[in-house]
Amino acid sequence: MPVDTSPEKAIYVLETGDFQTLLDAVMERGHSIFGPVLRDGAITYDALHRDTDLPLGWNDRQQAGSYRLVKTKRKTFFAYAVGPHSWKKFLHPPSDMLCAAQRIDDRFSINEPDREHPRRAFLGVRSCELHALAIHDKIFTDGPFINEAYRRRRQDILIIAVNCSHPSETCFCTSLQTGPRATGGFDLALTEVLTSGNHHFIIETGSAAGAELCARLPVRKAARTDIEAAEKVTSAAAKKIRRSLNTEELRETLDQKFSDPHWGQIADRCLACGNCTMVCPTCFCSTVEDTTTLTGEHAERRLKWDSCFTAEFSYIHGGSIRSSTLSRYRQWLTHKLAYWFDQFGMCGCVGCGRCITWCPAGIDLTEETRKLQEKKFVIRRTNGR
Amino acid sequence: METTHTDARPAAAGGNPWLSRPYLVRKKSRETADTFTLELTPPAEDGGFIFKPGQFNMLYTFGIGEIPISISGDPAKPETLTHTVRAVGAVSRAIAGLKPGSRLGIRGPYGAGWPVTDITGRDVVIIAGGIGLAPLRPAVHYLLAHRGEYGKIILVYGARTPADIVHRKDLEKWRSRFDIEVLVTVDRATGDWQGNVGVVTTFIGGLRFDPSSCAALVCGPEIMMRFTVMGLRERQVADNSIFISMERNMKCGVGLCGHCQVGPSFVCKDGPVYRLTDMKDVFIKREM
Repeated sequence: MPVDTSPEKAIYVLETGDFQTLLDAVMERGHSIFGPVLRDGAITYDALHRDTDLPLGWNDRQQAGSYRLVKTKRKTFFAYAVGPHSWKKFLHPPSDMLCAAQRIDDRFSINEPDREHPRRAFLGVRSCELHALAIHDKIFTDGPFINEAYRRRRQDILIIAVNCSHPSETCFCTSLQTGPRATGGFDLALTEVLTSGNHHFIIETGSAAGAELCARLPVRKAARTDIEAAEKVTSAAAKKIRRSLNTEELRETLDQKFSDPHWGQIADRCLACGNCTMVCPTCFCSTVEDTTTLTGEHAERRLKWDSCFTAEFSYIHGGSIRSSTLSRYRQWLTHKLAYWFDQFGMCGCVGCGRCITWCPAGIDLTEETRKLQEKKFVIRRTNGR
Repeated sequence: METTHTDARPAAAGGNPWLSRPYLVRKKSRETADTFTLELTPPAEDGGFIFKPGQFNMLYTFGIGEIPISISGDPAKPETLTHTVRAVGAVSRAIAGLKPGSRLGIRGPYGAGWPVTDITGRDVVIIAGGIGLAPLRPAVHYLLAHRGEYGKIILVYGARTPADIVHRKDLEKWRSRFDIEVLVTVDRATGDWQGNVGVVTTFIGGLRFDPSSCAALVCGPEIMMRFTVMGLRERQVADNSIFISMERNMKCGVGLCGHCQVGPSFVCKDGPVYRLTDMKDVFIKREM
């Protein structure tokens, strides 16, 4: 949304020693920078000012149900895949004030909160995450009703993407055509190239703002060999990705497999903890929490992330519509991989692998989906109705 | 979807969709032991809104919460907003406890309503169960106000017991008319009940209407709608002539919170009224 798609595409080389100049230029433009930082044993997204705030030299090891960090001797900047955080925490925060109400006698007034209008830069956005951002843009800003708070936060974001060099074992973006190389939706896209003796960034501009930034950096025009070296990084990354999700006729297949016994086998392992929905960069469901002060004169309504794995999620008078874990896992998976196509014209999964890594039971949606796809199904014919 | 969709309200679209406006409770009348009808007046600067029969509003009680409730008033009188609420949860109990003169937060109207303008020329069979009559009441008002445009109009209403009948005065008034057939039944007769006994579905077989040119408007508990649909199918009513109104958990009412998702649709914006052909899975697939 904030990206001007008309600029001339230019490719430059920035030495890693000059990386701070990029951060300085972004901050001089009035953006506060958010990017990968080490916290609580994971690579998370938070505010940063110096290049040394980045997880320099850290790698990650991800598997179904497992996330570990490994320190290396090399001073790499972005040698890891996505962690538990996604950018939705900034644009669609876990808790967000909707409105406040003030009571005077038996009357009350409802007031809209002052909306923050931050000028932020996101550093280190991966290709899968750019696709996730595009999905939230569609959901929150493309209907007759829009999430105004999201729109305001989103509009001035400067996006510095990073092409993946170290995909994790749980990644499967290649099968969804969402990575590992960023193809659009960024202001700048970096590729970290580390060869014997060479360590620099190839910077691709994606907008006028990005081009303007590059003009202020100690960069040189990329030579053909530089560009080829960068392409090698992403093509090598693509080859490392083993998992895949086949979306061919997936919507129809899942719709027809609604009563398949395999859902029960997944539910036997699923704890209905909701971790997958929290780490998912496209899960957008929310609830509203009402609070009052002790005097009862001031009330607030806050939007909070919700998860379709809770019993309250589908509660109506008389009970929850989805009382079993089976139905909740099925709801989550079929929404993302089937009905999302009906609702938003796209797949709700971007292949980032977070739900696989952060599932305490190690449930792998690519594997479960494949099992459902492999089973033969019978098309039930109804008499024309 | 062929059901009629509401135009997004200019005031709500574009701005913060969660902002409600405080309406004045002008009158509260008791329907049953736990069900009340509230008549609300919009704030002076607001001026009320036009709504389609079958649409709903989000009702906010100060500090407690918000729930989706169908509009139960006459669409020809938009200056008064009418809601019929059954006290079953924290918010609905708070609403039931409001006294005339207090305020209730309102935002809406939302969703697709009954297709009253698309079914002209046909017989209309309205089947309601319990408080399911409330969302159908605006449709009955509309049909009777435009009586000449429709064939036969039949209303079948079922309540658990005589004491659970809502909108009793309306039912009596409609029953005294010759241009609408009203059939009221109870599941269990109590006291001096002289009328029909049995669930609504037992009466579908005996209704006199033209199944090849009719529209059935159905609202009630999901299990009642399911059996009503079976009864209508037995009468050879086509699925695309049957309309149902769905109930789901809703937090936003505008398709942004995800709670009311049923398969490919969000009940708040694609429903709550659906043509059966667009929602038949819900009766086949459990816990969808």
